[in-house]
Amino acid sequence: MIETAEHRETPPLARAGTLVELEGLTVDYGHGERVTRAVDGVNFVIRAGEVVGVAGESGCGKTTLANSIMQVLRPPAHVSGGRVLFRGENLLEKKPGELRKFRWRNVSMVFQSAMNALNPVMRVGDQFVDMMRAHERVSRSGALRRAEELLDLVGIDPRRVRAYPHELSGGMRQRVIIAMALALQPELVIMDEPTTALDVVVQREILQQVRALQRELDFAVLFITHDLSLLIEFAHRIAVMYAGEIVEEAPARQLHREPRHPYTVGLMQSFPPLTGPVVRMTGIPGSPPDLSSPPAGCRFHPRCPHCDPGDPQLYARQTTERPLLREVAADHRVACHLVEDRGR
Amino acid sequence: MSTQLEVRGLSKRFRVGNALFNRSEVHAVDDVTFTLRPGTVTALVGESGSGKSTVAKLLVRLYAPTAGHVLFDGKDVARDRRRRDIVRYRSQVQMIFQDPFGSLNPVKTVRHHLARPLLIHGVVARARVDARVEQLLETVGLTPGARYAGKYPHELSGGQRQRVAIARALAVDPAVVVADEPISMLDVSIRIGILNLMLQLKEEHDLAFLYVTHDLASARYVADDVLVMYAGQIVEHGPAAEVLSEPLHPYTRLLLASVPDPSLGERPDIEVRKGLASAAVDPPDACRFVGRCPLAIDICSRVTPELVEARPAQAARCHVTAPSPHVREERHV
Repeated sequence: MIETAEHRETPPLARAGTLVELEGLTVDYGHGERVTRAVDGVNFVIRAGEVVGVAGESGCGKTTLANSIMQVLRPPAHVSGGRVLFRGENLLEKKPGELRKFRWRNVSMVFQSAMNALNPVMRVGDQFVDMMRAHERVSRSGALRRAEELLDLVGIDPRRVRAYPHELSGGMRQRVIIAMALALQPELVIMDEPTTALDVVVQREILQQVRALQRELDFAVLFITHDLSLLIEFAHRIAVMYAGEIVEEAPARQLHREPRHPYTVGLMQSFPPLTGPVVRMTGIPGSPPDLSSPPAGCRFHPRCPHCDPGDPQLYARQTTERPLLREVAADHRVACHLVEDRGR
Repeated sequence: MSTQLEVRGLSKRFRVGNALFNRSEVHAVDDVTFTLRPGTVTALVGESGSGKSTVAKLLVRLYAPTAGHVLFDGKDVARDRRRRDIVRYRSQVQMIFQDPFGSLNPVKTVRHHLARPLLIHGVVARARVDARVEQLLETVGLTPGARYAGKYPHELSGGQRQRVAIARALAVDPAVVVADEPISMLDVSIRIGILNLMLQLKEEHDLAFLYVTHDLASARYVADDVLVMYAGQIVEHGPAAEVLSEPLHPYTRLLLASVPDPSLGERPDIEVRKGLASAAVDPPDACRFVGRCPLAIDICSRVTPELVEARPAQAARCHVTAPSPHVREERHV
């Protein structure tokens, strides 16, 4: 049986400054018998001006989550339950025309391979002009001037508005996309693995710039990546996803100091450190489940080191009952049977 | 004595541009020298375009070098022409590729992938092939081997496929395994498992691994020695523990400062400098890192630095942190 949002604890009521609120968001791929539930009853809040990270492995639903906020899910994916509220308005009820205005103006998005999304036969500046004039009444020269300012902001020589995409390196093209995403001063920028295809040095340069811009312009960022150690450095708050669910959510430093979910702990032990003694690490045994037939009970239980048939009572709960997200400390929520037991 | 693979002055240049105009040469690999010893993992690290994959491909003879030698067992194999010599060399030096989805044939079973090298290289008698296939699968942690042997690649996860690729490389009982970014396409939670497998194989089979990667943390985890490449050249080499904790070359330092590591807490921002797009295209006589280097002095844009052993077993190409004796003299005149 699949639980619906009603069975979950609802997050604290929208606090002041709540920008996006997901309420029991459920996204399916396909219909009927062959349905794959990529996001399953997720409750999540993005506050204005904060950098929120979503970490997880491939297939955990993190990109689907991002796409549903931007409302760019493509069939066979569709929202089959819950609501996506942006400043209190349900995006799922908006008409296509309204959504077109909403995208880029309110929420913009940078994809992993976004640097390949630039039109190869158009100068960079003209692509800015097209985008801006689709949303605003602005003259061509005005839009070009704005494009120059934006390029300067992300560390590219403003004269490069006249460049074609192939004249720029991968890192520069990714910066161009980030500049475009900021052009209409959206309140939220979604970044889905924006630096994964880039070298570490370029990655760090870009993240430094995004953070500086974020402080200056005060937009919120939803940052999606498989790289938990990067998020701990970059985000204010982190949600860890596993098999379509959020299994832990906490302020970044708190998560680093005191991860509570065995999956989060396992993920942290999957990144060898750069300092300190070199010790053998274990990672996590097994691999993530196939979402067309997820394990019953806690979805992590087949890989969990604390799931032991020796304790029949706990084992029965772990294998049949889905754990709820519960607050274990201020702003720190965990979905794990072990944590519930100890917490009482 | 166990065999080792020695690379001396290896270079590979590629022509770019069309026949008439823009005739330039990319010095993809330039005067690279190192030794792979049995029972060690040597990491080759660098950014994309640094030439590290070209080195890997030169080692397994997917490319022919422009200059230099690859000595295996003391014999230069880079210019072997006879098929018999090539087959023999290939049975000793195997490669694991980055993409475990692309490197296995989707319509063939795991057994087929492992039996082929056994038959081609005549490693075991035909009647013993099945038993050997199962044994290989169990060596790489796919137990029971008999169950995995009958599976097709699509029935396996990414990590399991990469294990099959490793088993295939081991089938011919090689002395050297070149692993080109073997974990970068795998899920984070299973990467450590593959790295641990490399460590186990190096010890049990006395293998020499060349681990090509852009991931310094994983290099520190598995490697005994590290080679750092920048724009076609090795700019630093030495024991992993030293190079990755007390780097000499400014590029190694920049790489280390860029890797996310939450245990270090808040770190200062790295300095953003505009480097040349590709310092390996028609390089002038100068340090290739000079455009991005915070330590650059006058001589750096005039003279290409040599690899100088500034600390025991640790060498770098840098006029400032590892100056050669005559450069040191010149600076003090």
